[in-house]
Amino acid sequence: MSDPETLRRFEQVVLPHLDAAYNLARWLTRNPQDADDVVQEAMLRALKYLTGLRGENARPWLLTIVRQTCYTWLRNNRPPAEVYILDQDDFDLATSPPGEDGGGDPETLVARIEDRTLVNRLIAALPVPLREVIVLRELEELAYREIADILAVPIGTVMSRLSRARARLRAGLFRHLGESDRGL
Amino acid sequence: MDCNQARPQLQSRLDDALAAEPAAALDGHLAHCPPCRRAFHTLKTAQGAIREHADCFRAPGALRSRILAELAAAAAAPPVSGRGRARRSGHPGRLGRWGWFGSGAALAASLTLVITLTLAPVPGAPLEDQVVSAHIRSLMENHLMDIASSDRHTVKPWFNGRLDLAPPVRDFEAVGFPLAGGRLDVLDQRPVAALVYRRRQHVINLFIAPADGAAAGLHEASPTRGYTVLYWSDGGLADWLVSDLERTELLEFARLLRSPPPAQ
Repeated sequence: MSDPETLRRFEQVVLPHLDAAYNLARWLTRNPQDADDVVQEAMLRALKYLTGLRGENARPWLLTIVRQTCYTWLRNNRPPAEVYILDQDDFDLATSPPGEDGGGDPETLVARIEDRTLVNRLIAALPVPLREVIVLRELEELAYREIADILAVPIGTVMSRLSRARARLRAGLFRHLGESDRGL
Repeated sequence: MDCNQARPQLQSRLDDALAAEPAAALDGHLAHCPPCRRAFHTLKTAQGAIREHADCFRAPGALRSRILAELAAAAAAPPVSGRGRARRSGHPGRLGRWGWFGSGAALAASLTLVITLTLAPVPGAPLEDQVVSAHIRSLMENHLMDIASSDRHTVKPWFNGRLDLAPPVRDFEAVGFPLAGGRLDVLDQRPVAALVYRRRQHVINLFIAPADGAAAGLHEASPTRGYTVLYWSDGGLADWLVSDLERTELLEFARLLRSPPPAQ
């Protein structure tokens, strides 16, 4: 199946996106060793399915495979409570937490968010369906269309998840500010 | 445009997902609506904080080298076999740590493996040619060994999970053929075990692969590029022995290898 020509194409077309693959796996598994395992398996799958890649951008194509591999891994390795949300068809119908933006002053926000740990902690705390849209949009800077293809959902779903994810992150950032203010 | 129309579009504007005309219309509204402008500014500020501070993880070098090695092996092996074969029995339900080459130290070696495989001779070339090529390749660029050890109890387990076969590993130091180590190699597009022995300054490669046919006695390939190539099979495993060693000495080593192992 993998003649030298296929392998060469894989090295040229797919391998350049290894970092993006690892970043997504790392954020979804939240663990370096698990990310290693997932990416390694995903790359083998990608090699196997390489003939299915025709003309389109290889990065979203590869990230689709990485995401599926991550989900399989999460189902097999995470407690049911966490996995439950992956399979919840009505996830997008669930009520969002109140979008408390707190009316905080954005300039203050910029000044205070100096440590990376808060931002990273907030993203890591998002449920997987919200976390993945943040990673794909804010870190990998993919377009709505590409994200929709990776998640196999309509663009509108991507936009609503993105909106909810951002609202949670903003709420976390401003809540943190509030606590800091009280501490001063 | 009023605020009720503007608010739902703020995020799309933030993500550059609006066409030129709606974007211009929204910008026009923001220019004279402080509350909407402030809401947009909040979105943009939070996005900036996330993009600036969120970790963007890069694949570790060791992972990259393992994947390259894995690809080379996968390219030579039947599909799908990799995962099940290497699954760690101690971690049911968990993806196996394949660890083909264990650490980043093998980066150069595995890169060489991929490159040489990519440039590999056309499959179907006479096997003795491939054996000699693999031997020559092993002498270049520190590609001789993935596991360097004279202890067969170290070398033999190294192949566990890396190959579908368990090659017999014996040391013949007492009779002047010390074991030096082992590695994975590729012959006829299949991963094979390669054991490295030394005889004075000479390097001897012993390739071990699953045998397709019945047991066959010791054969000598026609001399290829100055190397002696001997091969035999016992029905289960096929062995290929190659070196620039004196022919009679290599024949002696082949006889040692083919002799029954001493009782343990």
